[in-house]
Amino acid sequence: MDSATIANLAYLVAAVLFIVGLKGLTHPKSAVRGNLLGATGMLLAIVVTLLQQEILGFELIAGGVLLGSLIGAILAFRIQMTAMPQLVGLFNGLGGAASALVAAAVLYQAVVALSSRAAPSLQFSVATAASGLIGAVTFFGSIVAFGKLQGLVSERPLRYPGEQVVKLLLLLAALLCAALIVRNPQQISFYWYLVAAGSLLGVLLVIAIGGADMPIVIALLNSYSGLAAAATGFVLSNNILIIAGSLVGASGIILTRIMCKAMNRSLANVLFGGVGAPVEDDQQDDVYAGKVTATSAEEVVMILKSARRVVFVPGYGMAVARAQTPVRLLSELMEQDGIEVEFGIHPVAGRMPGHMNVLLAEENISYDKLREIDQINPAFAQTDVTIVLGANDVVNPVARETSGNPIAGMPILDVDKSRSVVVIKRSLGAGFAGIANPLFAADNTLMLFGDGKKMMDELVAAYKEA
Amino acid sequence: MGETVAFVNILTVFVLAVVVGFEVITKVPPILHTPLMSGSNAISGITIIGAIVAVGSGQQTLTVVLGLIALVSATINVVGGFLVTHRMLSKFKKKD
Repeated sequence: MDSATIANLAYLVAAVLFIVGLKGLTHPKSAVRGNLLGATGMLLAIVVTLLQQEILGFELIAGGVLLGSLIGAILAFRIQMTAMPQLVGLFNGLGGAASALVAAAVLYQAVVALSSRAAPSLQFSVATAASGLIGAVTFFGSIVAFGKLQGLVSERPLRYPGEQVVKLLLLLAALLCAALIVRNPQQISFYWYLVAAGSLLGVLLVIAIGGADMPIVIALLNSYSGLAAAATGFVLSNNILIIAGSLVGASGIILTRIMCKAMNRSLANVLFGGVGAPVEDDQQDDVYAGKVTATSAEEVVMILKSARRVVFVPGYGMAVARAQTPVRLLSELMEQDGIEVEFGIHPVAGRMPGHMNVLLAEENISYDKLREIDQINPAFAQTDVTIVLGANDVVNPVARETSGNPIAGMPILDVDKSRSVVVIKRSLGAGFAGIANPLFAADNTLMLFGDGKKMMDELVAAYKEA
Repeated sequence: MGETVAFVNILTVFVLAVVVGFEVITKVPPILHTPLMSGSNAISGITIIGAIVAVGSGQQTLTVVLGLIALVSATINVVGGFLVTHRMLSKFKKKD
């Protein structure tokens, strides 16, 4: 057997490992093994590629791999769990950039060698253009998403007159460049024009999207990074790139769909609609005036002490305040007193899919206590106290109305069905949707105003004393 | 003719992989969405193979330079992605 045949057979084994590995990620018990299988598949694919006869310059390759591994490992070990959305966004972007650069390198190679060989095939040139466009959008989109999540760029959507026209024109320009590459692959400058248009498009697409919609953006960019890899697979006529890339593309699209459903919005609306208009104060006054009850940590503890079942509903505010540790401490204290404690987690709570689960898991909270929306909602009626920590729009009852507000029809956690609700929040300020929340003014709601971490610490201290 | 057959073969692989991807991922529970994302993201770093081939071709300087940048980016993606996924997943425990 020649080395190419051996490599292709090894790629087949790697593809199976990727599929079985992803399957393992569907259950917490098998997930660690699934991830290891995926990594094994990747290692196998890399090793057989290196063993191919025509590979030269091992020193350069070893240097590149070493540098990349070092940076990757440092990032992976040093990152705070609260910053996970940024990191995943950054990794998405690097994957997309790598795909676009590989396509560029291969295009250049093919064009320079053209005098001696036949013209590149249609598959080659179309795939190269696709890889360049998707890769550029993924990289620059991810960089902007990273900037927003890291607080370097404003989380508010940047809107301006005619923005959709600008994006449409950019897309048309990119497609024109793509068509020129397909017609005349020798003109390599068109590839760079395409990448430039794609880069600008990536920036403009994501900069117009608000912080609370980041779970959808990250999921979509995840999908794009896979599609870019698959496109590069078509460039190289390499099955493993196509298989791995399309697996990831499919997974990202599924997550995107789940996130959109959890917000009751279409993908087009997320990308081009843009919520986050400024709040009108008089509307706030109507909802809140004279109806809001403020409380103290001691008072909340008195209610908790007589409760049999307590549910925490965490939101992005918990991550910002880094309040997960006192949440765990309080839940442990209550469990010692025989109180049943669960966590109700909305699919879009936080800044990426599953964000809250990762934070609570890091605190060693058993994953069978982390309840999804469909499991927890019927149980709120049997809940004595629900503590809402840093969540707003996902518990806003106006979402139950069919129209007339930005979150109408969005599935919410029915916290208002529980006997008492304690909302820990800095002020009555609006959530990302920019609307008032009648939950804060409900008869069974108590507002504990203050920083999430500080208030949780006070609750823990007061609970120990009482 | 041979070119068309090769394209149809490779298209077959692509479509089947998309279908398999949809079938496998649909069942992922929400609590694992973040690890799924970072883990699948690491797999999308498979483009590292293409980067190795580009650097390893060793002929045109531009090809090697572009390939090298791609190689470092893809390696960060792969190594960082699998490691951070492992770190997250090791936290998911069930207490009795």
